[in-house]
Amino acid sequence: MTSKHLVLALGLASGVFSLQAQQRLAPKAKAKPTDKADPALQAAMTRGAVVYKNVCITCHQADGGGVPNMNPPLIKTTYVLGDKARLAHIVLAGLAEPIEIDGDEYKQHMPAQAYLTDQQVADVLTYVRNSFGNKASAVQVAEVKAVRATLPK
Amino acid sequence: MPSFSPRYLLAVPALAGSLALLASHPTTPTVAPDPDNAGLKLPAGFGALKVAETGGKARHLAVTPQGIIYVKLNRVKDGKGILKLQPQANGKATVAGGFGDYGGTGMYEKNGYLYASSDHAVYRYKLDAKGDVVDPAKPELLVRGLKVGSQHESKSIVLDNADNLYVNVGAYANACQEQDRTRGSKGIPNCPILDSAGGIWQFKASQANQTYKTGTRYATGLRNVVGLDWNPQDNQLFVMQHGRDQLHDNWPALYTDQQSAQLPAECMYAVKQGDNAGWPYLYYDPQQKKKMLGPEYGGDGKKEATGNYIDPAAAYPAHMAPNGLLFYTGTMFPAKYRNGAFIAFHGSWNRAPEPQAGYYVVFQPFKDGKPSGQWEVFADNFSGSAAKTASGRADHRPCGLAQGPDGSLYVSDDSKGTIYRIVYNAKK
Repeated sequence: MTSKHLVLALGLASGVFSLQAQQRLAPKAKAKPTDKADPALQAAMTRGAVVYKNVCITCHQADGGGVPNMNPPLIKTTYVLGDKARLAHIVLAGLAEPIEIDGDEYKQHMPAQAYLTDQQVADVLTYVRNSFGNKASAVQVAEVKAVRATLPK
Repeated sequence: MPSFSPRYLLAVPALAGSLALLASHPTTPTVAPDPDNAGLKLPAGFGALKVAETGGKARHLAVTPQGIIYVKLNRVKDGKGILKLQPQANGKATVAGGFGDYGGTGMYEKNGYLYASSDHAVYRYKLDAKGDVVDPAKPELLVRGLKVGSQHESKSIVLDNADNLYVNVGAYANACQEQDRTRGSKGIPNCPILDSAGGIWQFKASQANQTYKTGTRYATGLRNVVGLDWNPQDNQLFVMQHGRDQLHDNWPALYTDQQSAQLPAECMYAVKQGDNAGWPYLYYDPQQKKKMLGPEYGGDGKKEATGNYIDPAAAYPAHMAPNGLLFYTGTMFPAKYRNGAFIAFHGSWNRAPEPQAGYYVVFQPFKDGKPSGQWEVFADNFSGSAAKTASGRADHRPCGLAQGPDGSLYVSDDSKGTIYRIVYNAKK
């Protein structure tokens, strides 16, 4: 099975791939897990910011806004705020198809970042899901580990 | 909407009069710039106006001898991939329809034909004596089946003076790695991309239905060329290459963030048939002024490349994305601009986390058909502010360049679709 098939299968399984991908989610009125007092979350955010700067920032930019026509924004999209397994899969296996967000197409392939540890992937996704105006639950190491187990060896 | 006033009726003969004056004295400076010079910063004596707002991703453009502006859109808008802009007496233009149901970049006018490209093919349209397209629904398909991937899709086009058509086919990769843009992934030996991309192909400008088989790979080892033009002084093709990205991202042990933002140069090449500029095996270091072996092929930032590769004719700061090149042959601008090159730098993204750069039009002086002297920023502030340049969140991004029949310089913006016209109004 190729990684492309896997992404598709994951997307179909979660049932959100094509429809919700067309538009950004409206920000939720209440976001529960981003309590400033949560020290575990704060630590993950701090570590995730370092990973973001070292790995993601060139393409997705400091403001998470991406690059027009090339690299998609990470701001309030269903890709980022939706299914965590799908999101972790994109980081670990890459994404080799054009995607459309708010009527704009983004064509550049995302390279796989499988060399990152489960902890680094969890941290950076927690950071992305709680930065640039995003608010969503943290990604746990176990969730990344489960996705990695599905990748072809 | 303002109510109709008889004053407008009076204005019509006056406008017609100034039009006649324009026609008889094509260099007479009568086009009034916008009060704010369209938001641009220009050298003294120059002015600019916004000719039209197309609302599309305006890539390259062409101006006919009659002053009609044709604009190629990257994506079809309202069913049209090419817009026709009809000139008005005040120097602006109105969008007067369009045609072509394909997106793309290339737009070039020569000898009574309008040439256009999609990301796969090149077409041409016959123009009539007024500069109108004779049959917009039936272009002649000149070249088909050009390779396109998910990056560097543009097929920029230019003609020489011997009925040849030159087409860029961009490499669908950053540096021909086994895994594109992936950390530590090695370069593929004898990069297979180069058989059908990463170079300039030559075709006949007036022959239908050509393919790779009937064309010639004119020059190779060019990663992605968007701006190109034929130099009339030494009868030679000049191209602007988009240099490789991500030296730090993919080779963090060899290059820092800062080095990655400054390497490699965006290069201008003077190209002759059979030339090889060396992508993906090398990149050009503008500080060392040397061709360096790429890290994908065993380079470390210190080893020079060996092999029979051409040197750049000129080098510019990294990652600024030169999307338009135009040799200026008009007489409206002062003498120093004549036969020099204007270059539209679309603006960078691959400098993050360092500040972004570009989003301006540069002038490169030439002498006897060769770059001569230091380049300078000619038209700046397309982005809207220094902060917007640094963040890369530019309001406008210059892409295509064209010269009007009076010597005005036209610039397209593929972000908001604004068409600019730059004029010289001072005494020379």
